[in-house]
Amino acid sequence: MATRGKKAVERVKQLMDRTNQIRNIGIIAHIDHGKTTLTDNLLAGAGVISSELAGQQLFTDSYYLEQQRGITIFSANVSMVHEYEGKYYLINLIDTPGHVDFGGDVTRALRAVDGAVVVVDAVEGVMPQTETVLRQAMRENVKPVLFINKVDRMINELRISLEEMQERLGRIIDEVNKLIKSLKPDKYDEWRLNASDGSVSFGSALYNWAISIGTMKRTGIGFREVYEMCRQGNMKELAKKCPTYVAVLDMVIRHLPSPLEAQKERIPVIWRGDMDSDIGKAMQNCDRNGEIAFIVTHISVDPHAGEVVTGRLFSGTLRKGVELFVSGTYKKNRVQQVGVYMGPERVEVEEIPAGNIAALIGVKDAVVGTTLSSVEMTPFESIKHYSEPVVTVAVEAKNTKELPRLIEVLRKISKEDPMVRVEINEETGEHLISGMGELHLEIITHRIEHDEGVPIITSPPIVVYRETVRAKAGPVEGKSPNRHNRFYFEVEPLEQSVVEKIIAEGIQMEKDKKALRKKLLDAGMSMEEAKNVVDIVEGNVLLDMTKGIQYLSETMELVIEGFRNVMEKGPLARERCRGVKVKLVDAKLHEDAIHRGPAQVIPAVKNAISAAILMADPIFLEPMLEIFISIPQNMLGNVTKDLQGRRARITDMKAEGEFVTVKAIAPVAEMFGFASDIRSATEGRAIWSTEFAGYEQLPQSMFHDKVMEVRRRKGLKLEMPQPSDFISP
Amino acid sequence: MVLIFVGLGVWDEKDISLRGLEAVRNADIVFAEFYTSPLAGRRIERMEKIYGRKIIVLKREDIEENDFILEHAKEKNVVLLSAGDPMIATTHVDLMLRAVENGIKTEIIHASSVYSAVAGACGLQIYKFGRSATVSPPFRDVISEVPYETVIENRKRGLHTLLFLDINMSIGYALNLLEEIERRRMSSEMDAEMDDELVKSGDRNEDDCDMRAGGMIGGISDVLFVGIARVGASDQVVKADYIDALRTYDFGDPPHILVAVGNLHFMEKEALIKLADAPLL
Repeated sequence: MATRGKKAVERVKQLMDRTNQIRNIGIIAHIDHGKTTLTDNLLAGAGVISSELAGQQLFTDSYYLEQQRGITIFSANVSMVHEYEGKYYLINLIDTPGHVDFGGDVTRALRAVDGAVVVVDAVEGVMPQTETVLRQAMRENVKPVLFINKVDRMINELRISLEEMQERLGRIIDEVNKLIKSLKPDKYDEWRLNASDGSVSFGSALYNWAISIGTMKRTGIGFREVYEMCRQGNMKELAKKCPTYVAVLDMVIRHLPSPLEAQKERIPVIWRGDMDSDIGKAMQNCDRNGEIAFIVTHISVDPHAGEVVTGRLFSGTLRKGVELFVSGTYKKNRVQQVGVYMGPERVEVEEIPAGNIAALIGVKDAVVGTTLSSVEMTPFESIKHYSEPVVTVAVEAKNTKELPRLIEVLRKISKEDPMVRVEINEETGEHLISGMGELHLEIITHRIEHDEGVPIITSPPIVVYRETVRAKAGPVEGKSPNRHNRFYFEVEPLEQSVVEKIIAEGIQMEKDKKALRKKLLDAGMSMEEAKNVVDIVEGNVLLDMTKGIQYLSETMELVIEGFRNVMEKGPLARERCRGVKVKLVDAKLHEDAIHRGPAQVIPAVKNAISAAILMADPIFLEPMLEIFISIPQNMLGNVTKDLQGRRARITDMKAEGEFVTVKAIAPVAEMFGFASDIRSATEGRAIWSTEFAGYEQLPQSMFHDKVMEVRRRKGLKLEMPQPSDFISP
Repeated sequence: MVLIFVGLGVWDEKDISLRGLEAVRNADIVFAEFYTSPLAGRRIERMEKIYGRKIIVLKREDIEENDFILEHAKEKNVVLLSAGDPMIATTHVDLMLRAVENGIKTEIIHASSVYSAVAGACGLQIYKFGRSATVSPPFRDVISEVPYETVIENRKRGLHTLLFLDINMSIGYALNLLEEIERRRMSSEMDAEMDDELVKSGDRNEDDCDMRAGGMIGGISDVLFVGIARVGASDQVVKADYIDALRTYDFGDPPHILVAVGNLHFMEKEALIKLADAPLL
């Protein structure tokens, strides 16, 4: 491996300079459709791992927990070399996780790439997550090609005829095309997948063979030959004659764009700066002599080197020692080392030109999504996530001596994984970690105990609720403790479409007021409200509807502080608020700043907003999951019975041959332990997955009990809070 | 029964009036608060010894947010001690109003206040003072512009401005804040001007800009200030000067207070030179 590895590194170094011969790609798929196995085959072909091991090695699953579970958790970055029509190409490949709990990683990885290999299981066909990941790719203007995997299962398990097989494969292509058409109509003509032009290939990653129109012409092996060899159990020969990597990488090189082509179209999608500025032009032209513009898509911590920042370089050339602006901070960081990836290993290089995926050491202030640049520039659009952390566990150190170390580890984790939310409470020593699901949290707590060596006590998973309102209330008067200042607030539900847009697109307050107003108008807010927005906290907004009140502008920062306090800890049970529109409609202020300081204004604002929420028909929202289950017909009864016990609503049921596919929506709270229950109810024969499906109102009948449950856990008074707890009548 | 507000005067435990002392001695319970104005030269133990009564020191919440004092005052004779003259602190007005609402009789026993003591310390005439303001610490990045505006407004009318400083704030820090306010106002005016076509055509003149910065040439650096530390104490310090010199002047321990000087009567001028060591005016 050592010498082969060295050679590969040399080639990689040469090719980094030839922008036309670079492809930055991701592999995206529904869980278990075979992404990681495909990745290993590609690496084997490129000489990074031995071909005998490919298919079993799960090379990119470098985290041992991933290997134990057989799923991919963290995106790893790999660079490899492939020869096509007499020329060598550098392929930078980012492997992305398929499990819904790690959806955040997929979106981040897609920012770094220009093209994607969509993997679909020939037997299962297009699945819900296929659509989710494809939607993410379309949003980032990432061009797709298709690999239909597990074709051997069609032949050997389903035992269908050659004609039927071809027909079924055609249907899968049609379905993917239909998705592309609906998700990205303007690109459909250009991006439409077609087996006859080679933008689709077929094969078995596990048995390491694949064919496409290109390989058929060269090798003479087509569907008929494949069908026969599979029937004869002669897939070894097939693998020798048509290895997976050739068909797939040929397809990638032919049909996916080089950075030079891709950046012209992608920059306007992912960057909102001036296209005619120097940096704008440099990025569109992938200019290595331009200023440096880099986006961080991944952060990991290396025991020797420290923090490793990985991402895509859109313009300029990265060298050791260069100083970079870190967006969102006023700081500059000096790059101590630049490197490329070979499997899980990072190899140091002298310099990396525009168009490549690079690893940097020394950029301490970056987080995922940060823009790094050699001159100050408009940062890239924030990377959009489609899920939210909805499940929480409380952890505390087993040994109080370990407390400082635990805090350090938690801070590190929240920096590496933006889908983790950590709340550190140094007073109680009980810290909350929120993640995307049960599995996500299991992996994090496992890391704390086993990788970081901090023994912890972990609570059972807790569901995170949101507090919201269903009616209008107010104006409610809030008086400052010294009674010299009065604030009047109204509260009402924020329009559902606006809430969703704010969250999905990560709309935040920004310096450019016009740009913000436009985003809010696009989200469906009225002009009158959009121009008065003074703060946005997740799906809640604060509007200043007053006009010409003296001293209000120098008090607004305190009003915002009070508003945020309530949005982060709502009046019902100190859960976060969501979908609450708060309007400041009047204020009476003392003229002297000392009589309207933080100790006066913040409590006045908090009390008034809290009371108004309680008067506006408040309710809990609970996080929901959409569940997709595929099971043999005769087990349908067991599954629907289990789902009914979980307050699930079955939304669709489709029979296909022996199998039934059930779609349902259920509260996250009821889904704990589903994995093992469904396994025993179906003798392990169910194929299932879940997706975050937003929030729904808790049934009124459960409202009181759930509020009390949360209040008990937090040590609050076991009484339903009343407006009079916050304001005097 | 009755709630009596007793002023403690400007400096130490001996500034209370004889009437105030009698009220303390006759009260059923004696409270004190030192958050609206500082303890200055007073020590609770010395006060208790001289007045012969136990004194309960209250926190801000006890007065503003609880009805603690009023509950006591319904059945007892209650005295609330505070520094200076009681009704100068606006919060006590509120407490008095709440007492009235609750049918509690109230009484005020006055004492000396920094408001009048300042005139004594530096010789400025009390009827020539305009509105006063407090220099308060910034919250995050926001600094209240009210003290700056007040100085400017008063100066336009030739009036002096009394600037209270937040408890424990030094004169040097307060002056830095005033300068920072001016700097920000200048730069936001400049920004506004950048959009202005006049600027593009090169028609802007320097004086316009200075006028906007507060209606006077050179802005706040042209204002004469008087800094006073520990009013009423034997080591009281009074010093008049311009901002650059005053900023580094050693005033010693707080409490500090500032006066921004307006137009001067010849007697005031003489007083500032003789009492406040002002540079020759």
